[in-house]
Amino acid sequence: MKSTRLSLSPRAAERVIKVFVWAVALSIMAVLVSIVVFILYKGLPVINAGFLTEIPRRMGREGGIASPIVGTLLVTALAVLLATPFGMGTAFYLAEYTRDGAVTRIIRFSAESLAGIPSIVYGLFGFIFFVMYLNLGWSVLSGGLTLAVMILPTIIRTSEEAVRSVPTIYREVSFSLGGTKWQTIRGAVFPSAVRGIANGIILSIGRSVAETAAVVLTAGSALRMPDGVFAPARTMAVHFYILASEGISMDNAYGTAAVLIILIFLINIAANMLIDRLATKGR
Amino acid sequence: MRKLKGDLPERLFFALALSSISALALITAFIFIKGAPLIAKVGLFDFIFGMDWAPGQGKYGVFPMIIGSVSVTAGAAVIGVPAGICCSVFLTEFAPVKMRNIFRPAIQLLAGIPSVVYGFWGLLFVVPAIRAYLGGPGLSILAGSVILAIMILPTVISISEVSLLALPRQYKEGALALGMTHWQAIRSVQLPAAKSGIVAAVILGIGRAVGETMAVIMVLGNSVAVPSSLLDPVRTLTTNIGIEMGYASEEHRQALFATGIVLFVIIMALNISAQYVVRRKTK
Amino acid sequence: MACKRRLRFIRAATAAAFALCLPSCAKAEKSVVVAGSTSVQPYVEILAEEFSRLYPEGAIDIQGGGSSAGITAVESGAAGIGMSSRELSEKESGLQSIVIAKDALALIVHPNNPVNNLTGAQVRDIYTRKITDWSEVGGAKGKIHVISREEGSGTRAAFEELVMNGEAVTARAIIQNSNGAVRQLVSDDPGAVGFVSLGLAENQTGLKPVKALSLDGVPPTRESVLNGEYTLYRPFLLVTDGELTGTAALFVEFALSEAGQRILTEEGLISYYSGVRG
Repeated sequence: MKSTRLSLSPRAAERVIKVFVWAVALSIMAVLVSIVVFILYKGLPVINAGFLTEIPRRMGREGGIASPIVGTLLVTALAVLLATPFGMGTAFYLAEYTRDGAVTRIIRFSAESLAGIPSIVYGLFGFIFFVMYLNLGWSVLSGGLTLAVMILPTIIRTSEEAVRSVPTIYREVSFSLGGTKWQTIRGAVFPSAVRGIANGIILSIGRSVAETAAVVLTAGSALRMPDGVFAPARTMAVHFYILASEGISMDNAYGTAAVLIILIFLINIAANMLIDRLATKGR
Repeated sequence: MRKLKGDLPERLFFALALSSISALALITAFIFIKGAPLIAKVGLFDFIFGMDWAPGQGKYGVFPMIIGSVSVTAGAAVIGVPAGICCSVFLTEFAPVKMRNIFRPAIQLLAGIPSVVYGFWGLLFVVPAIRAYLGGPGLSILAGSVILAIMILPTVISISEVSLLALPRQYKEGALALGMTHWQAIRSVQLPAAKSGIVAAVILGIGRAVGETMAVIMVLGNSVAVPSSLLDPVRTLTTNIGIEMGYASEEHRQALFATGIVLFVIIMALNISAQYVVRRKTK
Repeated sequence: MACKRRLRFIRAATAAAFALCLPSCAKAEKSVVVAGSTSVQPYVEILAEEFSRLYPEGAIDIQGGGSSAGITAVESGAAGIGMSSRELSEKESGLQSIVIAKDALALIVHPNNPVNNLTGAQVRDIYTRKITDWSEVGGAKGKIHVISREEGSGTRAAFEELVMNGEAVTARAIIQNSNGAVRQLVSDDPGAVGFVSLGLAENQTGLKPVKALSLDGVPPTRESVLNGEYTLYRPFLLVTDGELTGTAALFVEFALSEAGQRILTEEGLISYYSGVRG
């Protein structure tokens, strides 16, 4: 803990450290960025209209990734639609209604614990509960339900933070105008918290799109175009994993990964634009 | 009348909150119901400390996997945590504003990249490099640690950065006024003050590393023996489930749920310690 | 609704059988799920592609997961047809199995490895780590990286039964959970040895090469399997629970038809009807 352990003068040490921190930070960024650039470099040439619109053939060696794209969108949409009301409801309860008591503590503890459970455990649970016990089979529905449970804590946490960060004065003004608690939440709290809530939902979309372990055990890995929520589906992340780890087709693996990364970029960009619009509207 | 109206949303929110947290109860219940009978049959001690995993011969010992999880996670922490803290110091203290504005969203995007993409990158670059320069099959604890370190970096960087940014300006100004150099201020004032936030970041990162499955299946080699060096292949608790779930039936499947129980308990312990640290910070 | 749509295209004969088990109509509404062995999966995928050209309305969904998962799925009703690369166990004897083809297993090494042949005893010693260096079996000096499949895999079970004579594969073996992953690893690692389906041991465009080893002097080829010299093969099964109806029945019929068997043979399997019976 002594600050002059080195024989260098503090000024020289400062220089050395500064260079060191710069070097470490820049090389880390270089590694991280190089991963993305590498995948895009290899994958972008594979992507064309056929790749996006054709169904995979011969295990994915030929054809495109139309059904994994649709599978990803269906599973993700279902998960977010299911998790959002529950997540927001929980967040509003925690932030607006709680008096510190045993019940609140249990709710908060459970939400925080759910956040740390590994996705493979969600997969085990989804497999035994939705696929087997409720007999939903490997399906978009099983996958969506499992992911919904998985992203629930993210939505709860971000929404609760957003609701809490709404200044108390908003509520007081609403109450003083004779508003009920519900009117206050709907008219004063929700509009100013909507930005943070949207941010949490977007984070969850990202997590759902990127998930592999939990969906492969619950939505399955069928290559056919899913024609409803009871049909099994293979998401892009699962498709990429199978193509890459089994060496079925490196080109199509790169292509799938590139589409996946672009999709995640687009979600982020669209989200930021949406959040900006909500922010200007909310004020 | 008005009072009743105000109560309805509260009851609705409470119901949503209760159903959200019932997910944790359901997950816990199903994993334990499915896995506990096998632990009871094998014996808790023999299950946890058993050295042989050979379901075909009725041998169920997960000790090699516990060693695997611990060693890979420790490796990831040793590489990823200092690098991540270094990056967050760089971003808050050294980086020019322009660079910061590019890095910050970039890191958020990188946190959203599917873990299988990192795993695949590891299989293409890290594994062959280890095989060529350090020997062994390449699939190893070291390869897994490097991939996990890269994966947890975005988490560690962004959370540590938030806690460094949250410090009152006076801390740094006071330190500089006392004649400290910039680095001395960072090391002896700012980092210690942000300690609990950074510790929380580290625990979250470690939780992610312990829970990761698909990416590490690709680079770990998945042997069931206790490793004797960093270059040996190894299997973690998560990959044990991920790799064998498909083929397991009856007792073997129960054993994988029992593996899930061990994983679940480890993660809960980590969660609770993280919650403890965070709570101490807020007090 | 979907029931009606289905009845429209199912032939009269199967329609009659279909009507007899109306209670299961709710199940039959869904597409036929075929689940199980990842070794069988690629071949069934290709069969299903051709099948869907012939019967555009018969939807087939194919899941990996593994032999045991497939069998369990058939028992629980989550899948209509299971795929297995091992025979049914006694506990599973309530189900029916249909052999669609035989699949030979081949030991593979990196193309740069000078070793071309191993004896059964050498393979056993390598997989139990009594032999750990390639120089002990006529190769260049270097550690052998033993690659195996995971517990419960039909491919591993066949290997343990036919080559290992029941001895367990070493715990230090690297484990990969598909034929393709084993192949990919061997094609990258000059010190590796693994075993995969014969179809994958043959070199194809777009994949890095591997070299198939002879076993006791016999190269793994369709001919050597057919004339009985190469004995390392296992059956590929479709597993069902009770009488099949509708699309499922049509699909099994197609797999066993001449057209179906020709597809399987083209993909490197050994047709059940070309002489090799277990």
